[in-house]
Amino acid sequence: MSRKINIWANLDWMTVLVYLVMLFIGWISIYSAVYDEEHQSIFDTTQRYGKQLIWIIAAIVIAAAVLLTDNKLFLFFSYFFYAITILLLIAVLFFGTEVNASKSWFQFGGIQIQPAEFAKLATALALAQFLSTTKLKIHDSRALLTMGSIIFLPVLLILLQPDVGSSLVFFAFILVLYREGLTGWVLFFFILFGFLSVLALLLNEVNMVALLVISALSAYMIIGRNMKTAAKAVLIFALICLAVMGIFQLAAPGTMLVVKLITASVAGSLVLMGLAFRNKRNKASLLLGLLIAALLYTYSVDYVFDNVLMPHQRSRINIVLGFDDDPLGQSYNINQSKIAIGSGGLTGKGFLQGTQTKFNFVPEQSTDFIFCTIGEEFGFAGSTMLIGLFVFLLLRLIYLAERQRSQFARIYGYSIISILFTHFVINIGMTIGIVPVIGIPLPFISYGGSSMWAFTVMLFILLRFDAVRMEFLR
Amino acid sequence: MKDHYSDRKYIIGAMIVLPVLFFIVRLFILQVIDPSYKLSASSNVLRNVTQYAARGLIYDRNGELLVYNQPVYDLMVVPGQLAEFDTVELCQILEIDREYLDQEISKARAYSMFRSSVFLKQISSRTYAVLQEKLYKFPGFYVQLRTLRSYPNDIAAHILGYVGEVDGRIIDEKQGYAMGDYIGITGIEATYEEELKGEKGKNVFLVDVHNRIMGSYQEGRYNIPAVVGNDITLSIDAVIQKYGEKLMQNKIGSIVAVEPSTGEILALVSAPAYNPELLVGRVRTLNFRQLAADTLKPLFNRALMAHYPAGSAFKVVNGLIAMQEGIVNEHTRHTCPGHYTVGRLTVRCRYHTTPVAMPEAIQVSCNTYFCHIFRDLLDHPKYGSVTNGYNVWADHVRSFGLGERLEADFPNELRGFVPPSTYYDRFYGENRWRSLQLVSMAIGQGELSVTPIQMANMTAAIANRGYYYTPHIVRNIENSDNDRAFREENFTSIDSVWFEPVIDGMHRAVNGPDGGTARIAQVQGLDICGKTGTAENPHGDDHSVFIAFAPKDNPQIAISVYVENAGFGSAMAAPIASLIIEKYLTGEVTRKWLEDRILSADFINREVASTSRQENLSDEQED
Ligand SMILES: [Zn+2]
Repeated sequence: MSRKINIWANLDWMTVLVYLVMLFIGWISIYSAVYDEEHQSIFDTTQRYGKQLIWIIAAIVIAAAVLLTDNKLFLFFSYFFYAITILLLIAVLFFGTEVNASKSWFQFGGIQIQPAEFAKLATALALAQFLSTTKLKIHDSRALLTMGSIIFLPVLLILLQPDVGSSLVFFAFILVLYREGLTGWVLFFFILFGFLSVLALLLNEVNMVALLVISALSAYMIIGRNMKTAAKAVLIFALICLAVMGIFQLAAPGTMLVVKLITASVAGSLVLMGLAFRNKRNKASLLLGLLIAALLYTYSVDYVFDNVLMPHQRSRINIVLGFDDDPLGQSYNINQSKIAIGSGGLTGKGFLQGTQTKFNFVPEQSTDFIFCTIGEEFGFAGSTMLIGLFVFLLLRLIYLAERQRSQFARIYGYSIISILFTHFVINIGMTIGIVPVIGIPLPFISYGGSSMWAFTVMLFILLRFDAVRMEFLR
Repeated sequence: MKDHYSDRKYIIGAMIVLPVLFFIVRLFILQVIDPSYKLSASSNVLRNVTQYAARGLIYDRNGELLVYNQPVYDLMVVPGQLAEFDTVELCQILEIDREYLDQEISKARAYSMFRSSVFLKQISSRTYAVLQEKLYKFPGFYVQLRTLRSYPNDIAAHILGYVGEVDGRIIDEKQGYAMGDYIGITGIEATYEEELKGEKGKNVFLVDVHNRIMGSYQEGRYNIPAVVGNDITLSIDAVIQKYGEKLMQNKIGSIVAVEPSTGEILALVSAPAYNPELLVGRVRTLNFRQLAADTLKPLFNRALMAHYPAGSAFKVVNGLIAMQEGIVNEHTRHTCPGHYTVGRLTVRCRYHTTPVAMPEAIQVSCNTYFCHIFRDLLDHPKYGSVTNGYNVWADHVRSFGLGERLEADFPNELRGFVPPSTYYDRFYGENRWRSLQLVSMAIGQGELSVTPIQMANMTAAIANRGYYYTPHIVRNIENSDNDRAFREENFTSIDSVWFEPVIDGMHRAVNGPDGGTARIAQVQGLDICGKTGTAENPHGDDHSVFIAFAPKDNPQIAISVYVENAGFGSAMAAPIASLIIEKYLTGEVTRKWLEDRILSADFINREVASTSRQENLSDEQED
């Protein structure tokens, strides 16, 4: 192949535009979040918004540099990058700057570099390289072991810093493996039990049931690929639950909610199971079995946490869940964040008019909780638009990944999608109080150069592959 | 390349969309349906209330309160927290007009939407009581407690100084001051600002929609308690200070009284004085302007800053120097023909017995005697030249704390002036001046000038027979050892043996059987030693001067009194000093007739002044 392709002409400008819009939204949101009347200029580089502008300009330069780099370089040196990143992750444990009792940063003058951010990129490249090996059988035990090592080596090193939030993101690679043929069960169980463990400790029972129903629906789709049956089953289940709850409410209003819920779900499950037997649908009964197992598991997590674990073990879990930097009890940060977003209303209070994010109620308001500022000042309309923008970006990236002719590029694309998606879900979920406080930034929006640059490089390597996808033969 | 799993892209797409739908439902509930978060947000109003530290209290030497703090209330506004309110009602409560309200709110807006500005300063406690009950109607407003200085005795305004709000320059120059803070501007308030000011604190409150305080934000995690300033005990005796100020009413001048054994200032009066309450609070600016415009300069601290000739009181120092230098001894006598004449120059004396030695010369304040010994000193061959002789003399003078700042604990103290020999070199040319040209300094006139506190200190040095402690006004500071080197003796260059004849002369001047210039100052049993003086005033009537200490042995008080335009020392200054000494040493005044005469004397209102001066002239002997 010697045909020279014009990168700029083939670049997916749609994605670039979305990317730039996100950077801009991030910049003005930070301006609003840390707005200080003594430093009114948005270009004031002594303030975070001024610095963010510098990071943004640098990010655009980096993006251009990535586009001008030969994409074969990423392919050939993917293992090499991976090795270097692993070395950096080891080095940061010894030479890193300690912030909040964790060593995650290298400090170079005014710039902080977080190797974990770049580990995501390196892992994506290495995984793409390994998975695109010809004649690889994904369920082969040696292949599984290698893939597992590629993913979990950085996880282990990042946990040693310790930085739980960043290490959690690596579990997103399971999505990539699923796309490349790993059985759906792994993904399903992983998502279900991973989330249940955390949510059981966080949410009240009503939310729990809602989530279980949604999980059941997803599970049914994965197993049966029959939306109609799944919807019917869930509807029946929900109706029975409601009926049982209603009876309780009338007959014995004082009953503990847990008892009500267990009775309701067991009753619902029994009815569904009966229906399934009548229709000879063993998959439906499998689903019900799963549902009951999930319920039991959920409550056992609660039970174990409250009754079996020693206090110090409990507090460790609290640290993992992000409860510990929470001076006013476990729900303070979440509450303040919810109040800020909730007070935004339909259309928000207007740019710079937020009171909750101005008066320091919300912690980390320019980094992890930047979504609060948007929610408060631009309301439901604004936050939905931002979420829509993210969904659009992710779906656009799926489209880009799918049109790649090289398996490497596609796998890499899905890696980027998974990482962005995980960040997005955890971050937004955290601010609206349905995911525990895990300190990870909202891509392209949150304050900070290190993560912005890492995401930029990830995204533009994909765009670089996409621009020259015609070079690869079918 | 085969891709069997291509359909999985839909599942992955669905997995992305599903939680997002959940998010959107959740956000819809949170932001649109559920009103509780909006309510929480409105009760989530933070209020930073500065806790202003009360300044330290100031006491006199006997523990009498001189300065304390009175609570006042500033009405503050945070524009970003304002809601609709009844402007008419607020204007009525505060007795302000609509124009003021609009103007202040737009001023506050211009300063900051989120930080508080003062809306109305120093609300009376009556208005505050009314406002407090209705404050819930005015979200965004709150009351800030402040304290203002208050003075139970209305005395010692010049010593205490005053407190004012910091300006932009102070905020730039000094650490830790913000808009609206107070700072000591003059007097003790300025000198001991660090000790008095305390440390500001801060309380962060949560306030609900009804403008009610719901509690401390984050359980007081961000609260900083204020630290009250340290109390200061002055060496001032409030009784004497008050009496001194009373005696100086309708006069211009100064009284400084020092305890010789410690250097502690017992009274420091500058007249005319002003009521310290005038420079407190809202009225300060207006009153200050009026006081500053007053031609009698009531703000000017004459005790520290007025330059006067020393007058004849300075003869005692000339006498000491001449003896120290061996020019005369206590027995050396000079004849006085009633004047000192050399060529065309004549210094007049007055009738007294002659010849006189040192004690009598001081007793009768003989000009002739002191002209002789002064010139003999300067012209003495052992110095080689008049310049050298003069320098020897000037060094002795300076050893009494004259001509330089005493570095007492006041701001704005002036140096006085003991001319260096170069001054005369410039004036007459090098080595071209003679002792005769300087002879007026023999009797305390001429170029030499002093401040009243320097004169009091000089008197203390004489009372101590050769040393003084730097005069100072602070006795004790709470939580501080107050070691400001005021406990060290400063020795004069005169040996203690030479003081007895001089003190004997001062004793005779007051208590002498005949010819004493200050017999009006005599109090039975108090052994007052004093020396009158008249400071020549080229601008008008001469100033009345008197220095004294008592008792003669183991002195407890040394004093200098200047009364401007009051003529001879014996006329005004000596009776005032004597009354103060009597009051201080005995606690009472027996000579009511003298006190009445002083109190009725008026040197500010010219008509009254002329009659009282005639009366004085006929009363006693002149200098
Ligand atoms: Zn004479």
